[in-house]
Amino acid sequence: MSTRTIAGQKNLQDIRTGSKDGIGGSPLRPDGTLKVKGEFAYSSDLWHEDMLWGMALRSPHPRANILSVDISEALKLPGVYAVLTHEDIPGTKFYGLEIQDQPALAIDKVRYHGEAIAIVAADHPETARRAVKKIKVEYEVLTPITTEEQCLNPEVYGYVHEPHEFKSHGSGNICHSQKLVHGGGVTDEIRALADVIVSGDYEVGMQDQAFLGPESGLAVPAEDGGMDLYVATQWLHVDRQQVAPVLGIPEEKLRLTLAGVGGAFGGREDLSMQIHACLLAQRTGKPVKIVYARDESFFGHVHRHPAKMYYEHGATRDGKLVYADARIVLDGGAYASASPAVVGNAASLGHGPYNIPNVRMEAIALYSNNPSCGAMRGFGAVQACFGYETQMDKLAAELGMDPVELRQLNAMAEGDSMPTGQVIDSPAPVAELLQRVKDMPLPPPLDLTNLDVRTLPGALSNTTHGEGVVRGIGYSVGIKNVGFSEGFDDYSTARVRLEVIGGEPVAMVHTAMAEVGQGGITVHAQIARTELGVEQVTIHPANTEVGSAGSTSASRQTYMTGGAVKYAAEAVAQALIAKGRKRYGWTHNDLSLNGGKVVSESAGVLVSMVDLLGDDAIDLTREHHHRPTVPFDKETGQGFGHVQYTFCANRAVVDVDVELGLVKVVELTAAQDVGKALNPLSVVGQIQGGCTQALGLAVMEEIIVKDGKVRNASFTDYLIPTILDVPPIPVDVLELPDPNAPYGLRGVGEAPTVSATPSIVAAIRAATGLALNRVPVRPEHLTGTL
Amino acid sequence: MRVTFTANGKPVEADDVWEGESLLYVLRERVGLPGSKNACEQGECGSCTVYLDDVPVCSCLVAAGQVQDREVRTVEGLADESGLDPVQQAFIDAGAVQCGFCTPGLLVQTHDLLEREPQPSDTDIREALSGNLCRCTGYEKIMDAVRLASARKCQKVGTSE
Ligand code: FES
Ligand code: FES
Repeated sequence: MSTRTIAGQKNLQDIRTGSKDGIGGSPLRPDGTLKVKGEFAYSSDLWHEDMLWGMALRSPHPRANILSVDISEALKLPGVYAVLTHEDIPGTKFYGLEIQDQPALAIDKVRYHGEAIAIVAADHPETARRAVKKIKVEYEVLTPITTEEQCLNPEVYGYVHEPHEFKSHGSGNICHSQKLVHGGGVTDEIRALADVIVSGDYEVGMQDQAFLGPESGLAVPAEDGGMDLYVATQWLHVDRQQVAPVLGIPEEKLRLTLAGVGGAFGGREDLSMQIHACLLAQRTGKPVKIVYARDESFFGHVHRHPAKMYYEHGATRDGKLVYADARIVLDGGAYASASPAVVGNAASLGHGPYNIPNVRMEAIALYSNNPSCGAMRGFGAVQACFGYETQMDKLAAELGMDPVELRQLNAMAEGDSMPTGQVIDSPAPVAELLQRVKDMPLPPPLDLTNLDVRTLPGALSNTTHGEGVVRGIGYSVGIKNVGFSEGFDDYSTARVRLEVIGGEPVAMVHTAMAEVGQGGITVHAQIARTELGVEQVTIHPANTEVGSAGSTSASRQTYMTGGAVKYAAEAVAQALIAKGRKRYGWTHNDLSLNGGKVVSESAGVLVSMVDLLGDDAIDLTREHHHRPTVPFDKETGQGFGHVQYTFCANRAVVDVDVELGLVKVVELTAAQDVGKALNPLSVVGQIQGGCTQALGLAVMEEIIVKDGKVRNASFTDYLIPTILDVPPIPVDVLELPDPNAPYGLRGVGEAPTVSATPSIVAAIRAATGLALNRVPVRPEHLTGTL
Repeated sequence: MRVTFTANGKPVEADDVWEGESLLYVLRERVGLPGSKNACEQGECGSCTVYLDDVPVCSCLVAAGQVQDREVRTVEGLADESGLDPVQQAFIDAGAVQCGFCTPGLLVQTHDLLEREPQPSDTDIREALSGNLCRCTGYEKIMDAVRLASARKCQKVGTSE
């Protein structure tokens, strides 16, 4: 190994190429081998000597007073170690992400179907199940408050949370609201400026995250009176912040470690089994594991807010938007969860990526006795996008214009202003993205002479040989914010350590980031390689020994925690170089780390990192705070509220069996600007996965709630797309750097989930000529049998 | 009851098995093979797929007692001393693994497909994997992985002949 040779020009070139597994490459996932061998430990795989199984008793009623709870029979069952109700909680009884309005176990009343009332710990899951059945609860069943009309008239229909127990920002059964006025707002004078006006009522059903790995974890009581919790979550530190007060212990005595996470999509932002497992472990002094069954999972996490929306757009004869008006009513269900943020997104992003001189908007989230709704991929923006994109198609039809041209004519670009007054100060290639999906080659036309029935609507069910099948094409584009907004400082922390192990420089990256499948750990290793010029990087397990990494949500982790890793690694690099300056007296100002060496641009290799480090380790921690934002003004919605914007455009091609109402999406094309693709393979995977969840919302997925009761809490009845439902998804990735972001990157995960749904529905409309103002579109909507 | 069967070529024995326990539960909780996953326990997701006497089954739907004296092969039994099975390697290489919760079931199902049909068409692949849900990937990279595994397996057969 030559360490001090002065490299020639050619060698310098080689050195500066850096690691192929650095940023911009697509190295393989560090957890990939474990995952394909079945050896990766998911939260449901955990095991501990002497471990008990926890289980919850859940309410069969959406609204009821609890008159009594009798646990005596359950306690008598052999193998049962504890049965707890809210009376056994040692600390605070309430928790919540933004508003602490949710009891850890129901207190005197239940507010939604599935609310947990009591919890059991037993030596076998079946024993726990039987014990749960033996708990006797006497209810006074009340009429649930479920419709907008009922929610908005609490004097008549009642309160979900009585005014005296009310802890919300809103009033009555309104959890949160946000208004917005831009330009002249929407008045009769403004309306008179438009040649054409289109309007409509739109509806989005309640979607479920349906991650495959069930909610689960293991709580292990510690000798110091504290607790170790191994859990699948999206944000370790905010879990700790909510759980510790309920246990009545200081935060530092509750130590969380991330267990393997089987997908999240927003559904793990709220707590599920965390408090229950810890309470049972605290009481029994034994480790307690809880694993939800699929039906319990549907009750145990929040869903995507169902929405009812009114939209109105006015335009000139040549297609220029004059004004836009909207009212978005989101059903937040029994507890607040992320409703305030969902409302903020709906209000601020709800008119889409368009320049509209005059705008009015009101978004509200209601409290009801329906299931609680909160975070799901693209929240607030997803619902609105279905409304404004349907409007764009309506307007284009009214004007006799091409729907893509109409959108391009009104598309916002860098330098334009959002209706909030926030100027978009980085690329916003809305018109270009639309052009790109439009220009992609179309799949071959439907050929009835050469058919494989498996590719038709109905697929394996063999319901058609092509008769009654009509093709349609639709387009859409959407906007999403990246990171937490409205003044929230969702900073991230990263610790990077550099030392020599086995004769090689090795970097270790330690963060509390929840790897939920997105590939964040792959990217962290890439960043460390690029910044430190090393090949070997290890990823420390994510836990609360290091500072918060914020949530794995809002498309923010690569930006925020990736950014923190970058800054920590840069600090380590600087510290190493400073060490070299001190030791060797270098005066060059062109030093960097590359290929395991300290390199000078002008003088070549100076020293190997192994020699310079010796037995020392450099271990530094850095926080990354994004640029500050401010809350939106409550009445006008004005304010620099978002960190970054992201855009995606789609084209959908569908075949519809118009006789049976069956839809086959033939192809779903996406074009998205990602600023800089740190890992192109993962970026494409995120876009394809995001599009697929949008496809689910377009034609399949809805939690059916009737009078507050969930009717389809299983994978038999709640359908998510299979490999037969999902078409090829060609992806066109643009990389226009955002000067405000680390490496110029732009958050990726959510934009396709926002934008793709309306393109599919537009394609179905094109095939059928039907209005289709509601998603998911079901067969009965297409055959007129509803 | 006691259940005795062969798991990945080794004899295993589980004691105190309750009659209602599934093969999936016995594998995961009693014989230390948690690789097969439990996403629905209702036969809808395929994450628990294992070979039972060379036929892929949803192990959540098989009563533990049914496997007495039979052979079970799980995801943990796909790799051997020489390394990963080509199907496993292809899933990693193609980016078909995100959260990976669907992966064990998909690997067994794909392994079976390629045993039966070394060069499946895209529609054959979709049909064969239609009982395996994945919530993360949108299936595109899974299609890539199966095509890649098929190509590599065929190549291997080609060169060794
Ligand atoms: S767990 Fe067996 S099919 Fe889902
Ligand atoms: S990779 Fe997460 S479910 Fe398939």
